[in-house]
Amino acid sequence: MDIRVSAAAKDRDTRSHVEEIENLVTPGDIITSDSGFMRGHGTYNSEDDRLLASVAGVVERVNKLICVKPLKTRYNGEIGDVVIGRIIEVQQRRWKVETHAKLDSSLLLSSVNLPGGELRRRSEEDEKMMREYLKEGDLISAEVQSVFADGSLSLHTRSLKYGKLGQGTLVQVSPSLIKRRKTHFHHLPCGATIILGNNGYVWICPTETEEMDQTGGYELNLKPVQRSDREVVARLRNCVQLLAAQKMQLYDTSVLYTYEASLNFKIKDILKPEIGLEILEQTQHRLEIEGT
Amino acid sequence: LVNCQYSMATFSTSERKRRPRGDRKSQEMTMHLQQTFNAAILTSLHPRSQIDIFVEVLQSDGGNYCASVNAATLAVIDAGIPMKDYVCACSASYLGDSPIVDINYLEESSGSPEITVAVLPKSEQIVFLEMNGRLHEDNLSKVVDMAVKGCKDVYGVLDRTVREHVSQVGSSLET
Repeated sequence: MDIRVSAAAKDRDTRSHVEEIENLVTPGDIITSDSGFMRGHGTYNSEDDRLLASVAGVVERVNKLICVKPLKTRYNGEIGDVVIGRIIEVQQRRWKVETHAKLDSSLLLSSVNLPGGELRRRSEEDEKMMREYLKEGDLISAEVQSVFADGSLSLHTRSLKYGKLGQGTLVQVSPSLIKRRKTHFHHLPCGATIILGNNGYVWICPTETEEMDQTGGYELNLKPVQRSDREVVARLRNCVQLLAAQKMQLYDTSVLYTYEASLNFKIKDILKPEIGLEILEQTQHRLEIEGT
Repeated sequence: LVNCQYSMATFSTSERKRRPRGDRKSQEMTMHLQQTFNAAILTSLHPRSQIDIFVEVLQSDGGNYCASVNAATLAVIDAGIPMKDYVCACSASYLGDSPIVDINYLEESSGSPEITVAVLPKSEQIVFLEMNGRLHEDNLSKVVDMAVKGCKDVYGVLDRTVREHVSQVGSSLET
Protein backbone atom coordinates (compact mmCIF):
# COMPACT_ATOMS: atom_id res chain seq x y z
CA MET A 1 0.00 0.00 0.00
CA ASP A 2 1.16 3.47 -0.80
CA ILE A 3 0.67 6.12 1.89
CA ARG A 4 1.73 9.71 1.35
CA VAL A 5 1.50 12.89 3.38
CA SER A 6 0.17 15.88 1.47
CA ALA A 7 2.50 18.33 3.17
CA ALA A 8 5.48 16.38 1.90
CA ALA A 9 4.44 16.79 -1.71
CA LYS A 10 6.36 19.38 -3.67
CA ASP A 11 4.73 22.73 -3.98
CA ARG A 12 2.93 22.40 -7.28
CA ASP A 13 2.65 26.10 -7.93
CA THR A 14 5.80 26.41 -9.99
CA ARG A 15 4.69 29.67 -11.53
CA SER A 16 6.20 32.22 -9.20
CA HIS A 17 4.72 35.32 -10.74
CA VAL A 18 1.06 35.60 -11.58
CA GLU A 19 0.79 38.24 -14.23
CA GLU A 20 -2.68 39.26 -15.07
CA ILE A 21 -3.47 38.05 -18.56
CA GLU A 22 -4.78 40.48 -21.10
CA ASN A 23 -8.45 40.95 -21.65
CA LEU A 24 -9.40 39.43 -18.34
CA VAL A 25 -12.90 40.44 -17.24
CA THR A 26 -15.09 39.62 -14.29
CA PRO A 27 -18.89 39.87 -14.01
CA GLY A 28 -20.04 43.46 -14.25
CA ASP A 29 -16.94 44.74 -16.05
CA ILE A 30 -17.54 47.06 -18.98
CA ILE A 31 -16.13 45.53 -22.16
CA THR A 32 -16.94 48.38 -24.48
CA SER A 33 -19.29 51.32 -24.73
CA ASP A 34 -19.41 51.08 -28.49
CA SER A 35 -22.80 49.78 -29.55
CA GLY A 36 -21.58 48.52 -32.91
CA PHE A 37 -20.61 45.07 -31.63
CA MET A 38 -22.73 41.94 -31.50
CA ARG A 39 -23.20 40.15 -28.18
CA GLY A 40 -21.74 36.66 -27.87
CA HIS A 41 -21.65 34.19 -24.98
CA GLY A 42 -20.81 35.62 -21.59
CA THR A 43 -21.97 39.17 -22.24
CA TYR A 44 -25.13 41.15 -21.74
CA ASN A 45 -26.47 44.61 -22.52
CA SER A 46 -26.94 47.05 -19.71
CA GLU A 47 -29.72 49.64 -19.73
CA ASP A 48 -27.64 52.41 -21.26
CA ASP A 49 -26.49 50.26 -24.17
CA ARG A 50 -23.08 49.27 -22.83
CA LEU A 51 -21.68 45.79 -23.19
CA LEU A 52 -20.95 44.15 -19.82
CA ALA A 53 -19.37 40.82 -19.00
CA SER A 54 -21.46 38.26 -17.13
CA VAL A 55 -18.79 35.64 -16.42
CA ALA A 56 -15.14 35.72 -15.36
CA GLY A 57 -12.88 34.92 -18.27
CA VAL A 58 -10.98 36.12 -21.33
CA VAL A 59 -12.54 38.42 -23.91
CA GLU A 60 -12.45 37.08 -27.45
CA ARG A 61 -13.21 39.22 -30.42
CA VAL A 62 -13.95 37.92 -33.91
CA ASN A 63 -14.66 40.87 -36.22
CA LYS A 64 -17.84 42.30 -34.78
CA LEU A 65 -18.68 39.51 -32.35
CA ILE A 66 -17.51 39.83 -28.75
CA CYS A 67 -17.74 36.94 -26.31
CA VAL A 68 -16.21 36.07 -22.98
CA LYS A 69 -14.79 32.59 -22.57
CA PRO A 70 -15.01 31.42 -18.94
CA LEU A 71 -12.70 28.79 -17.43
CA LYS A 72 -15.33 26.32 -16.41
CA THR A 73 -18.72 26.15 -18.01
CA ARG A 74 -21.29 23.72 -19.29
CA TYR A 75 -20.87 22.77 -22.92
CA ASN A 76 -22.27 25.31 -25.39
CA GLY A 77 -23.02 23.47 -28.60
CA GLU A 78 -22.05 24.66 -32.05
CA ILE A 79 -23.31 23.08 -35.26
CA GLY A 80 -20.84 20.48 -36.49
CA ASP A 81 -19.30 19.60 -33.13
CA VAL A 82 -18.58 15.99 -32.29
CA VAL A 83 -20.04 15.02 -28.93
CA ILE A 84 -20.23 11.88 -26.84
CA GLY A 85 -23.38 11.40 -24.81
CA ARG A 86 -25.30 8.93 -22.72
CA ILE A 87 -28.92 8.02 -23.43
CA ILE A 88 -31.08 8.93 -20.48
CA GLU A 89 -34.59 8.57 -21.87
CA VAL A 90 -36.40 6.90 -24.73
CA GLN A 91 -39.31 9.07 -25.84
CA GLN A 92 -41.75 9.01 -28.68
CA ARG A 93 -39.65 9.23 -31.84
CA ARG A 94 -36.53 10.53 -30.10
CA TRP A 95 -33.92 9.82 -27.46
CA LYS A 96 -32.81 12.25 -24.75
CA VAL A 97 -29.04 12.37 -24.50
CA GLU A 98 -26.99 13.79 -21.66
CA THR A 99 -24.00 15.78 -22.97
CA HIS A 100 -22.95 17.95 -20.00
CA ALA A 101 -24.74 20.94 -21.54
CA LYS A 102 -27.24 23.23 -19.86
CA LEU A 103 -30.17 21.23 -21.20
CA ASP A 104 -30.43 17.64 -22.40
CA SER A 105 -29.83 17.09 -26.09
CA SER A 106 -32.23 15.26 -28.41
CA LEU A 107 -31.43 12.54 -30.90
CA LEU A 108 -34.38 12.29 -33.27
CA LEU A 109 -35.35 8.95 -34.74
CA SER A 110 -35.09 10.45 -38.18
CA SER A 111 -31.49 11.41 -37.53
CA VAL A 112 -30.11 7.91 -36.97
CA ASN A 113 -29.18 5.17 -39.39
CA LEU A 114 -31.47 2.18 -39.10
CA PRO A 115 -29.75 -1.10 -38.36
CA GLY A 116 -29.30 -2.97 -41.56
CA GLY A 117 -28.48 0.27 -43.27
CA GLU A 118 -31.68 0.63 -45.28
CA LEU A 119 -33.08 4.00 -46.19
CA ARG A 120 -36.80 4.23 -45.69
CA ARG A 121 -39.39 6.32 -43.90
CA ARG A 122 -39.65 5.59 -40.22
CA SER A 123 -42.83 3.71 -39.45
CA GLU A 124 -44.79 2.74 -36.38
CA GLU A 125 -42.76 -0.43 -35.89
CA ASP A 126 -39.57 1.60 -35.85
CA GLU A 127 -40.90 3.63 -32.93
CA LYS A 128 -41.67 0.49 -30.99
CA MET A 129 -38.25 -0.94 -31.80
CA MET A 130 -36.39 2.16 -30.62
CA ARG A 131 -35.41 0.52 -27.39
CA GLU A 132 -33.78 -2.30 -29.31
CA TYR A 133 -31.46 0.16 -31.05
CA LEU A 134 -30.47 2.39 -28.16
CA LYS A 135 -31.62 2.14 -24.58
CA GLU A 136 -30.97 4.07 -21.38
CA GLY A 137 -27.33 3.98 -20.36
CA ASP A 138 -25.83 3.47 -23.82
CA LEU A 139 -22.97 5.72 -24.90
CA ILE A 140 -23.05 7.20 -28.38
CA SER A 141 -20.89 9.48 -30.48
CA ALA A 142 -22.81 11.97 -32.58
CA GLU A 143 -22.58 15.29 -34.34
CA VAL A 144 -24.57 18.43 -33.52
CA GLN A 145 -27.07 19.02 -36.29
CA SER A 146 -28.80 22.14 -35.01
CA VAL A 147 -29.48 24.21 -31.92
CA PHE A 148 -33.04 24.84 -30.73
CA ALA A 149 -34.22 28.27 -29.65
CA ASP A 150 -33.83 27.51 -25.95
CA GLY A 151 -30.25 26.35 -26.40
CA SER A 152 -30.70 22.58 -26.42
CA LEU A 153 -28.93 20.60 -29.12
CA SER A 154 -30.24 18.29 -31.79
CA LEU A 155 -27.83 15.47 -32.65
CA HIS A 156 -27.49 13.11 -35.58
CA THR A 157 -25.52 9.94 -36.23
CA ARG A 158 -25.93 9.84 -39.93
CA SER A 159 -22.42 8.68 -40.73
CA LEU A 160 -20.76 5.35 -40.17
CA LYS A 161 -18.16 6.78 -37.85
CA TYR A 162 -20.85 7.78 -35.32
CA GLY A 163 -23.08 5.44 -33.40
CA LYS A 164 -23.11 3.30 -30.29
CA LEU A 165 -19.78 2.96 -28.49
CA GLY A 166 -18.63 -0.48 -27.43
CA GLN A 167 -15.83 -1.48 -25.08
CA GLY A 168 -13.64 1.35 -23.80
CA THR A 169 -13.17 4.03 -21.16
CA LEU A 170 -14.88 7.37 -20.76
CA VAL A 171 -13.05 10.32 -19.18
CA GLN A 172 -14.96 13.47 -18.25
CA VAL A 173 -13.06 16.75 -18.42
CA SER A 174 -14.03 20.39 -18.71
CA PRO A 175 -15.26 21.35 -22.22
CA SER A 176 -12.89 24.31 -22.38
CA LEU A 177 -9.89 21.97 -22.41
CA ILE A 178 -10.73 20.33 -25.73
CA LYS A 179 -9.06 22.15 -28.60
CA ARG A 180 -11.16 22.67 -31.71
CA ARG A 181 -9.58 20.73 -34.56
CA LYS A 182 -10.61 19.49 -38.00
CA THR A 183 -11.10 15.97 -36.78
CA HIS A 184 -11.81 14.60 -33.35
CA PHE A 185 -11.36 10.90 -34.08
CA HIS A 186 -7.75 9.89 -33.71
CA HIS A 187 -6.20 6.47 -34.26
CA LEU A 188 -3.06 6.60 -32.18
CA PRO A 189 -0.04 4.56 -33.21
CA CYS A 190 -0.03 2.77 -29.84
CA GLY A 191 -3.07 0.75 -30.87
CA ALA A 192 -5.91 2.75 -29.36
CA THR A 193 -8.55 5.06 -30.75
CA ILE A 194 -9.41 8.24 -28.92
CA ILE A 195 -12.50 10.36 -29.56
CA LEU A 196 -12.28 13.88 -28.09
CA GLY A 197 -15.85 15.07 -27.76
CA ASN A 198 -16.28 18.86 -27.78
CA ASN A 199 -18.50 18.54 -24.72
CA GLY A 200 -15.60 17.36 -22.58
CA TYR A 201 -16.26 13.62 -22.77
CA VAL A 202 -13.24 11.67 -24.05
CA TRP A 203 -13.64 8.08 -25.21
CA ILE A 204 -10.68 5.72 -25.36
CA CYS A 205 -10.98 2.28 -26.89
CA PRO A 206 -8.77 -0.27 -28.61
CA THR A 207 -8.59 0.16 -32.38
CA GLU A 208 -10.88 -2.06 -34.40
CA THR A 209 -8.82 -4.19 -36.69
CA GLU A 210 -11.57 -5.56 -38.93
CA GLU A 211 -13.43 -3.53 -41.48
CA MET A 212 -16.67 -2.03 -40.25
CA ASP A 213 -19.62 -3.52 -42.09
CA GLN A 214 -22.48 -1.49 -43.34
CA THR A 215 -24.50 -2.24 -40.25
CA GLY A 216 -25.25 1.34 -39.38
CA GLY A 217 -23.10 1.41 -36.28
CA TYR A 218 -25.08 -0.85 -33.96
CA GLU A 219 -22.96 -3.98 -33.88
CA LEU A 220 -20.97 -4.08 -30.69
CA ASN A 221 -17.76 -6.01 -30.51
CA LEU A 222 -18.15 -7.83 -27.21
CA LYS A 223 -15.18 -10.17 -27.52
CA PRO A 224 -12.89 -9.98 -24.49
CA VAL A 225 -10.17 -7.40 -25.00
CA GLN A 226 -6.54 -8.51 -24.64
CA ARG A 227 -4.56 -7.44 -21.62
CA SER A 228 -2.02 -5.47 -23.65
CA ASP A 229 -4.79 -3.43 -25.26
CA ARG A 230 -6.36 -2.83 -21.88
CA GLU A 231 -3.06 -1.57 -20.53
CA VAL A 232 -2.72 0.89 -23.41
CA VAL A 233 -6.24 2.17 -22.77
CA ALA A 234 -5.59 2.50 -19.03
CA ARG A 235 -2.35 4.37 -19.61
CA LEU A 236 -4.03 6.76 -22.02
CA ARG A 237 -6.81 7.35 -19.54
CA ASN A 238 -4.34 8.29 -16.81
CA CYS A 239 -2.55 10.63 -19.22
CA VAL A 240 -5.79 12.38 -20.12
CA GLN A 241 -6.65 12.78 -16.43
CA LEU A 242 -3.20 14.23 -15.80
CA LEU A 243 -3.53 16.80 -18.59
CA ALA A 244 -6.98 17.74 -17.37
CA ALA A 245 -5.84 18.16 -13.77
CA GLN A 246 -3.17 20.62 -14.88
CA LYS A 247 -5.64 22.39 -17.16
CA MET A 248 -3.67 21.77 -20.34
CA GLN A 249 -5.33 21.72 -23.74
CA LEU A 250 -6.27 18.26 -25.00
CA TYR A 251 -5.56 17.35 -28.59
CA ASP A 252 -4.06 14.35 -30.34
CA THR A 253 -0.45 15.60 -30.22
CA SER A 254 -0.51 16.53 -26.54
CA VAL A 255 -2.08 13.21 -25.54
CA LEU A 256 0.40 11.27 -27.66
CA TYR A 257 3.42 13.08 -26.23
CA THR A 258 2.17 12.56 -22.69
CA TYR A 259 1.67 8.88 -23.44
CA GLU A 260 5.19 8.52 -24.79
CA ALA A 261 6.69 10.41 -21.86
CA SER A 262 4.85 8.13 -19.45
CA LEU A 263 6.17 4.88 -20.91
CA ASN A 264 9.05 4.95 -18.44
CA PHE A 265 6.73 4.63 -15.48
CA LYS A 266 4.18 2.11 -14.33
CA ILE A 267 0.60 2.89 -15.30
CA LYS A 268 -0.61 3.58 -11.77
CA ASP A 269 2.40 5.77 -10.99
CA ILE A 270 1.19 8.35 -13.51
CA LEU A 271 -1.44 9.41 -11.02
CA LYS A 272 1.12 10.29 -8.35
CA PRO A 273 1.75 14.08 -8.22
CA GLU A 274 5.58 14.11 -8.53
CA ILE A 275 5.71 11.66 -11.40
CA GLY A 276 2.81 13.41 -13.08
CA LEU A 277 4.62 16.74 -12.94
CA GLU A 278 7.73 15.19 -14.45
CA ILE A 279 5.77 13.71 -17.33
CA LEU A 280 4.01 17.02 -17.96
CA GLU A 281 7.25 18.97 -17.98
CA GLN A 282 8.63 16.62 -20.63
CA THR A 283 5.46 16.97 -22.67
CA GLN A 284 5.41 20.76 -22.45
CA HIS A 285 9.06 20.89 -23.42
CA ARG A 286 8.45 18.72 -26.46
CA LEU A 287 5.39 20.71 -27.48
CA GLU A 288 7.33 23.95 -27.29
CA ILE A 289 10.14 22.57 -29.44
CA GLU A 290 7.85 21.17 -32.06
CA GLY A 291 5.99 24.43 -32.07
CA THR A 292 2.52 22.97 -32.48
CA LEU B 1 -35.18 29.26 -11.17
CA VAL B 2 -32.70 29.57 -8.30
CA ASN B 3 -33.01 27.14 -5.42
CA CYS B 4 -31.11 27.78 -2.20
CA GLN B 5 -30.60 25.85 0.98
CA TYR B 6 -28.97 27.23 4.08
CA SER B 7 -27.91 25.15 7.06
CA MET B 8 -25.59 25.58 10.03
CA ALA B 9 -23.38 22.91 11.51
CA THR B 10 -23.96 22.10 15.17
CA PHE B 11 -20.38 23.08 16.04
CA SER B 12 -20.51 26.45 14.28
CA THR B 13 -21.37 28.74 17.20
CA SER B 14 -19.61 29.08 20.54
CA GLU B 15 -22.20 26.85 22.21
CA ARG B 16 -22.84 23.53 20.51
CA LYS B 17 -26.49 23.69 19.53
CA ARG B 18 -28.54 21.04 17.84
CA ARG B 19 -30.17 22.52 14.78
CA PRO B 20 -33.07 20.69 13.19
CA ARG B 21 -33.02 20.96 9.40
CA GLY B 22 -35.72 23.24 8.08
CA ASP B 23 -36.27 25.29 11.19
CA ARG B 24 -37.61 28.81 10.89
CA LYS B 25 -34.32 30.65 10.93
CA SER B 26 -32.84 28.47 8.20
CA GLN B 27 -35.95 28.85 6.11
CA GLU B 28 -35.81 32.61 6.45
CA MET B 29 -32.15 32.71 5.46
CA THR B 30 -32.89 30.43 2.53
CA MET B 31 -35.58 32.77 1.28
CA HIS B 32 -33.34 35.81 1.62
CA LEU B 33 -30.53 34.09 -0.31
CA GLN B 34 -32.98 33.04 -2.97
CA GLN B 35 -34.31 36.57 -3.41
CA THR B 36 -30.81 37.97 -3.59
CA PHE B 37 -29.54 35.57 -6.20
CA ASN B 38 -32.66 35.68 -8.29
CA ALA B 39 -31.92 39.34 -8.77
CA ALA B 40 -28.29 38.82 -9.72
CA ILE B 41 -28.17 35.66 -11.84
CA LEU B 42 -29.31 35.91 -15.46
CA THR B 43 -31.79 33.05 -15.26
CA SER B 44 -33.16 33.76 -18.72
CA LEU B 45 -30.04 32.10 -20.11
CA HIS B 46 -30.97 28.86 -18.34
CA PRO B 47 -34.52 28.11 -19.45
CA ARG B 48 -36.34 25.20 -17.85
CA SER B 49 -33.38 24.64 -15.51
CA GLN B 50 -32.81 24.95 -11.79
CA ILE B 51 -29.64 26.40 -10.28
CA ASP B 52 -28.96 24.98 -6.78
CA ILE B 53 -26.98 26.95 -4.21
CA PHE B 54 -26.33 25.05 -0.97
CA VAL B 55 -24.62 26.91 1.87
CA GLU B 56 -23.32 25.15 4.97
CA VAL B 57 -21.93 27.35 7.76
CA LEU B 58 -18.99 25.71 9.50
CA GLN B 59 -17.95 28.47 11.87
CA SER B 60 -19.95 31.53 12.74
CA ASP B 61 -19.28 34.64 14.76
CA GLY B 62 -22.00 36.91 13.38
CA GLY B 63 -22.49 38.01 9.80
CA ASN B 64 -23.87 34.67 8.58
CA TYR B 65 -25.91 36.12 5.76
CA CYS B 66 -23.02 38.28 4.53
CA ALA B 67 -20.55 35.42 4.49
CA SER B 68 -23.09 33.16 2.73
CA VAL B 69 -23.76 35.72 0.02
CA ASN B 70 -20.08 36.42 -0.61
CA ALA B 71 -19.19 32.75 -0.71
CA ALA B 72 -22.11 31.92 -3.00
CA THR B 73 -21.08 34.74 -5.37
CA LEU B 74 -17.62 33.22 -5.70
CA ALA B 75 -19.12 29.77 -6.25
CA VAL B 76 -21.44 31.01 -9.00
CA ILE B 77 -18.58 32.81 -10.74
CA ASP B 78 -16.39 29.73 -10.54
CA ALA B 79 -19.15 27.61 -12.06
CA GLY B 80 -19.34 29.93 -15.04
CA ILE B 81 -23.01 30.85 -14.49
CA PRO B 82 -23.66 34.32 -15.97
CA MET B 83 -24.42 37.05 -13.43
CA LYS B 84 -25.13 40.75 -13.77
CA ASP B 85 -22.41 41.67 -11.33
CA TYR B 86 -20.82 40.46 -8.11
CA VAL B 87 -23.14 40.43 -5.07
CA CYS B 88 -21.34 41.66 -1.97
CA ALA B 89 -22.91 41.84 1.46
CA CYS B 90 -21.90 43.59 4.66
CA SER B 91 -23.49 44.45 7.98
CA ALA B 92 -23.33 47.68 9.96
CA SER B 93 -24.63 49.01 13.24
CA TYR B 94 -24.74 52.09 15.44
CA LEU B 95 -23.05 51.77 18.79
CA GLY B 96 -22.54 54.59 21.22
CA ASP B 97 -22.50 57.51 18.86
CA SER B 98 -20.63 56.10 15.89
CA PRO B 99 -21.58 53.76 13.06
CA ILE B 100 -19.57 50.54 12.94
CA VAL B 101 -19.20 48.05 10.13
CA ASP B 102 -18.99 44.23 9.95
CA ILE B 103 -20.36 43.42 13.38
CA ASN B 104 -19.69 40.16 15.16
CA TYR B 105 -21.93 37.94 17.24
CA LEU B 106 -21.28 39.81 20.50
CA GLU B 107 -22.18 43.16 18.98
CA GLU B 108 -25.22 41.59 17.28
CA SER B 109 -26.65 40.24 20.50
CA SER B 110 -25.91 43.36 22.56
CA GLY B 111 -29.21 44.93 21.53
CA SER B 112 -27.91 47.55 19.12
CA PRO B 113 -29.64 47.85 15.74
CA GLU B 114 -28.18 45.82 12.89
CA ILE B 115 -28.47 46.62 9.20
CA THR B 116 -27.46 44.04 6.60
CA VAL B 117 -27.05 45.17 3.03
CA ALA B 118 -26.30 43.31 -0.19
CA VAL B 119 -25.34 45.41 -3.23
CA LEU B 120 -24.22 45.08 -6.84
CA PRO B 121 -21.00 47.10 -6.48
CA LYS B 122 -20.61 48.55 -9.99
CA SER B 123 -24.05 50.09 -10.17
CA GLU B 124 -24.38 50.55 -6.39
CA GLN B 125 -27.83 49.03 -6.53
CA ILE B 126 -29.10 47.56 -3.28
CA VAL B 127 -30.38 44.01 -3.76
CA PHE B 128 -31.25 43.23 -0.17
CA LEU B 129 -31.68 45.33 2.96
CA GLU B 130 -32.62 44.04 6.38
CA MET B 131 -32.75 45.75 9.73
CA ASN B 132 -33.07 44.38 13.24
CA GLY B 133 -33.61 46.57 16.23
CA ARG B 134 -34.45 50.26 16.51
CA LEU B 135 -32.47 52.99 14.86
CA HIS B 136 -33.10 56.71 14.91
CA GLU B 137 -33.87 57.94 11.42
CA ASP B 138 -31.20 60.63 11.61
CA ASN B 139 -28.56 57.93 11.84
CA LEU B 140 -30.06 55.73 9.14
CA SER B 141 -28.29 57.20 6.12
CA LYS B 142 -24.92 57.18 7.88
CA VAL B 143 -25.20 53.52 8.79
CA VAL B 144 -26.43 52.45 5.37
CA ASP B 145 -23.62 54.38 3.71
CA MET B 146 -21.12 52.65 5.94
CA ALA B 147 -22.52 49.25 5.05
CA VAL B 148 -22.42 50.03 1.33
CA LYS B 149 -18.82 51.16 1.64
CA GLY B 150 -18.04 47.92 3.46
CA CYS B 151 -19.58 46.02 0.53
CA LYS B 152 -17.37 47.87 -1.92
CA ASP B 153 -14.31 46.90 0.11
CA VAL B 154 -15.43 43.28 0.07
CA TYR B 155 -15.87 43.59 -3.68
CA GLY B 156 -12.26 44.74 -4.00
CA VAL B 157 -11.02 41.65 -2.20
CA LEU B 158 -13.27 39.24 -4.12
CA ASP B 159 -12.40 40.76 -7.49
CA ARG B 160 -8.67 40.62 -6.87
CA THR B 161 -8.87 36.96 -5.88
CA VAL B 162 -10.96 36.03 -8.91
CA ARG B 163 -8.59 37.81 -11.25
CA GLU B 164 -5.54 36.10 -9.74
CA HIS B 165 -7.20 32.71 -9.97
CA VAL B 166 -8.32 33.17 -13.58
CA SER B 167 -4.89 34.45 -14.58
CA GLN B 168 -3.17 31.51 -12.99
CA VAL B 169 -5.41 28.87 -14.52
CA GLY B 170 -5.90 30.74 -17.76
CA SER B 171 -2.19 31.05 -18.41
CA SER B 172 -1.83 27.28 -18.47
CA LEU B 173 -4.79 27.09 -20.83
CA GLU B 174 -3.12 29.39 -23.30
CA THR B 175 -0.07 27.14 -23.80
